[in-house]
Amino acid sequence: MKRVRLGTGAGYSGDRIEPAVELAEAGNIRYLVFECLAERTIALAQLAKRRDPSAGFDPLLADRMAAVLPACRRNGITIITNMGAANPHAAGAAVAAVARSLGLGPLRIAIVTGDDVTEIIRARQDLTIEETGAPVSSLADSLVSANAYLGAEPIVRALKDGADVVVTGRVADPSLFLAPLVHEFGWAADDWTLMGKGTLVGHLMECAGQVSGGYFADPGYKDVPNLARLGFPIAEVAADGAATITKVAGSGGLITGATCREQLLYEVHDPARYLTPDVAADFSGVSITEAGPDQVRVDGGGGAARPGSLKVSLGYGDGYIGEGQISYAGPGALARARLARDIVAERLRIIGLPLRELRLDLIGVDAIHGPELSAAAPEPYEVRLRVAGRTHTLKEAERIGNEVEGLYTNGPAGGGGATKMAKEVIAVQSTLIPRELVTPQVHMMEVQP
Amino acid sequence: MKLRELAHSRTGDKGNTSNISVIAYRAEDYARLEAAVTVERVRHHLGALIQGEVVRYALPGLGALNFVLTRTLGGGVTRSLALDAHGKCLSSAILDLDV
Repeated sequence: MKRVRLGTGAGYSGDRIEPAVELAEAGNIRYLVFECLAERTIALAQLAKRRDPSAGFDPLLADRMAAVLPACRRNGITIITNMGAANPHAAGAAVAAVARSLGLGPLRIAIVTGDDVTEIIRARQDLTIEETGAPVSSLADSLVSANAYLGAEPIVRALKDGADVVVTGRVADPSLFLAPLVHEFGWAADDWTLMGKGTLVGHLMECAGQVSGGYFADPGYKDVPNLARLGFPIAEVAADGAATITKVAGSGGLITGATCREQLLYEVHDPARYLTPDVAADFSGVSITEAGPDQVRVDGGGGAARPGSLKVSLGYGDGYIGEGQISYAGPGALARARLARDIVAERLRIIGLPLRELRLDLIGVDAIHGPELSAAAPEPYEVRLRVAGRTHTLKEAERIGNEVEGLYTNGPAGGGGATKMAKEVIAVQSTLIPRELVTPQVHMMEVQP
Repeated sequence: MKLRELAHSRTGDKGNTSNISVIAYRAEDYARLEAAVTVERVRHHLGALIQGEVVRYALPGLGALNFVLTRTLGGGVTRSLALDAHGKCLSSAILDLDV
């Protein structure tokens, strides 16, 4: 039976590049998929594009392409990536520039667009924000971007048209992996069982190292060999959708039933209804079986008809965050950090800073899980005060860090290592729009030899 | 005994909702997890960290439970003031449950 091998070259925008090169050179793969677009990344990219029309795509795109394109061309590997972010056309041009500079033509680069629905959303102010139930119109001028999650279809079209590299903006993460399976096996887009199985493969693969031993190690409980050289995963998929998850022999990390089970449930709500633009995937009957060292067989995924609407990420300006930190160490560190915390809280009140929200944390004590869970823990040797607040203006946000830094000369003894920052916040909420309103497009670009 | 002796866990985030998996190391321990790690126990253990609902999905075939916690991430990773804006460390908190 025909099998297709896919590799994951990145699981987020800043991911390591060496494992992708390892896969291109030694993975014996047909497709290399780079998933680089988190919830907010595209909104930030939209802002970057507004400032510079040639920007707004993944900052590591050129480095990644330069690293993997030679081996991909040599080994007949097609690259699929959402590194186009807010500007797939500019990203495609950047890929072409890398290919030309390395003399790697001919190369067909497909650019997938149509996910940017900002104008459609502005015209449909009756839509409801999923998280709050408020109308989209309540975001008014603070709305900076609206991107619909596209499915596998436009990528399948690009592959049929002979693309060597497919660059997209917002596409549902698993769809990046489902697309080459649909293309290779000729799966029908309404065969929900196969769409579910392919989506299962994509879901396991989309976070790269998170299925091959990354984000897993817990010394003494879950030991992972050679994590510093963590290898990224390969899925070997059969025409019936059953898959084996594996990795390059000799790479670091490990693939076991446990690593696959953790990733299977990662970012999943109802496992029987994992919604993507392609299918309502059903992971509830999945079987995970260890078939050998670093080889796990995955089968039993299913699905039902795809949703009638597409999810849209709405990026909007949500004020500013200011933050300051300072450390205390040695005997009495906790008491001094608490005193420092109280001083900053009072000074923020005295200066009358209009805060929308304020957090005062003691890192090493209660910053992550709050005072209740940490109540019985022993006193730490060193403690770091962290003050973070939400404001209406950048200037107000800067005052927060300044009040923390001011503890050097105006606070308890022995404070050190103060840092401060202030930033504009682009937050993301979501809405649903009828899929008929979204028209994915594929543009082909040629690099001559 | 702590849950950590029987199970491992990973947290995921989507918007303001967190999901926490609890996965038995050994299939034969699953029934014990199902009985001990209830919605009520999780809600009580995490206390004020959870602002919304808690729903549990059982996956006996995988020896796993999946907890979905709404309104738990300070408005979501893109706007939260929290140091761990993703709520990634919640998986470690849940493994500290007594079972």
